[in-house]
Amino acid sequence: MRRVLTNNSWTIGLAGLLAFLLIATKVIQPDFGVSGLDSLARAALPFALASVGMAVVVIAGGIDLSMAAMMAVASVTGAVLMNGASDGEAALAVLFVLMVGIGMGAINGTLIVLTRVPDIVVTLAMLFVWQGVALLILNAPGGSAAPWLRGLIVGGVTLPFLPAALTEWIPKALVFLIVVVGAIWLPLRRSKLGLRFYAIGSDPLAAYRSGVPVGPTRIAAYAVAGLFAALGGLSVTMGTGIGEPIPGPYLMASVAAVVLGGVVLGGGRGGLLGPILAVLVLRTVRMDLTLLSIDPNVAAIIEGTIMAVVVMFGAVLATRGRKT
Amino acid sequence: MTLTESPSPLGRLGRVVVNNPLMPLVGLLVALIAVLAILNPTILSLFWVGNTIKIAIPLAMLAACQTLTMLTGGIDLSVGTVATITAFVAATLSPLTGVPVAIVVALACAVTVGLVNGFGIAVCRVHPLIMTLGTALIATGCLLVYQRYVIATGVLIPDFLLWLGTGRSFGLPNGLFLFVPFAVLVIWAQRRTGFGRMLYAIGSNEAAARLSGVRVWQVQFTLYSLSSVIAGMTGLLYLGQIKTASLSLALPLDLPSVAAAVIGGTSIFGGRGGYGGTIIGALILTVLTTMLTLMQIPEGGRRILFGLIILAVTALYVRLTNQN
Repeated sequence: MRRVLTNNSWTIGLAGLLAFLLIATKVIQPDFGVSGLDSLARAALPFALASVGMAVVVIAGGIDLSMAAMMAVASVTGAVLMNGASDGEAALAVLFVLMVGIGMGAINGTLIVLTRVPDIVVTLAMLFVWQGVALLILNAPGGSAAPWLRGLIVGGVTLPFLPAALTEWIPKALVFLIVVVGAIWLPLRRSKLGLRFYAIGSDPLAAYRSGVPVGPTRIAAYAVAGLFAALGGLSVTMGTGIGEPIPGPYLMASVAAVVLGGVVLGGGRGGLLGPILAVLVLRTVRMDLTLLSIDPNVAAIIEGTIMAVVVMFGAVLATRGRKT
Repeated sequence: MTLTESPSPLGRLGRVVVNNPLMPLVGLLVALIAVLAILNPTILSLFWVGNTIKIAIPLAMLAACQTLTMLTGGIDLSVGTVATITAFVAATLSPLTGVPVAIVVALACAVTVGLVNGFGIAVCRVHPLIMTLGTALIATGCLLVYQRYVIATGVLIPDFLLWLGTGRSFGLPNGLFLFVPFAVLVIWAQRRTGFGRMLYAIGSNEAAARLSGVRVWQVQFTLYSLSSVIAGMTGLLYLGQIKTASLSLALPLDLPSVAAAVIGGTSIFGGRGGYGGTIIGALILTVLTTMLTLMQIPEGGRRILFGLIILAVTALYVRLTNQN
């Protein structure tokens, strides 16, 4: 029990911070309740999915700067395909977008492995390529989302056997996030592939000598990140009802959330719960700033500064870790 | 790469190209102009040459920031934002405080961003890419807040900037009066001064440079501040050229400035390259853009192409030099 506590002290600390922030929100805005929680979870959803994808790549010792651009591609692809489609066709479109996400991630990974150019350069170049692709698919925000898809993340949970009052306060968006991330990551984490992500992240040479196929594993890590980017892009479309060809501020936010979530830049350590909690913390801070009726642009500056400081702090920690 | 190994003919050719990137680059430029002349025979004239140089100058100056930072193995993605801020502040403050004060304040804003970059990269050891992206985000937020306060003051573009940006002497743009001394200074500095040699030393082998007595953090701090000053000057020039102060003035130049330096033979891993190639690279990109416009390629296609060019050229350099 104690070992579980010490191993997860960072995550537990983050959860405590989140709880404190939520209480602070309640103090600032006594009206804060179910609807506030719902909109918070919905706003956090794309950020959380982007951070989860980024975390997988970082755990495997890489970084993916094209995350936000891939989300834009997924968002516009989904919105264009679902425009005027029936429910069944929309489901097919969702599947197709997920495949596209995996494909984009796999292309990123393959290019890194084949060209032997550092990941940060390749994904920077691919950032522009995916941005261009998104613009080619849809030049301005447009398209639409299937209503049932929107229903998946709007409002509270209602279960058939339980009284509504008991479960209504849980935002559907949060449940969606937990289900999706759990369904993808938990089996992966238990599998050989998940172990290999950690192995190539902590020491690629040692992993290679122990018989881990480093190249294919790296491609797989980027493909998983692409899958999460596709989910993130879909969640943007689900939240707004349209496709957005211009990528949102998800890149910096996901790097900051990964660092704040206790995943070490450089690889091999950390999990996915930390980044998710970190996203919720960052979003709650943003919401509190809005509730304090601070100019949204000033709020953006404060948020950006927090993220930059977090990343700087993380870099200092990473340098320390390498020295010892 | 050992000394005893005799390189294959292709490898030897590759080494020659890598060490003298100017020759093939000029060849490529001439070839591009030839293709352009075939596409549209009426386009070639002295006016067109002057126009191409005029458009290439701001790009080449921003690419100087990338060249210098890339020599140390870094990158500066905040240049577009810094140029935009300087231009916007100079144009909006001029009616209030007079031109000299406005320009001093505007350049001070640029220096501030550079100092923050330098602090994060040199002292906290954040990866330059992430740090400069982060400061760009924060600086954009500050610009949006600032914009609110000067929305009513109107815009005044100083006359000498207009002269510099749009005027012509002897058929050639006046921007050359700024650019030629600038280019000579940069090339002289990188080749002949201690600072320039230290940039190469850090980029080739940071540990060795540190052991030889280079104070790496001081060099990097100076470098990123200098980079922002150059970006600020570019912003002023660009303001005179475009003649409007917008909130996204020089942002579209961010990606091409990286591409110009990479095409010009500056290695993104540091230690190799120079500003001479970058200038040719900027000209190549400008001609290429004209060609794409002529062929009516949409904005998305252009971004894809630029991203792929960066990737392909970097991969080629990695292959040719066996550098990883």
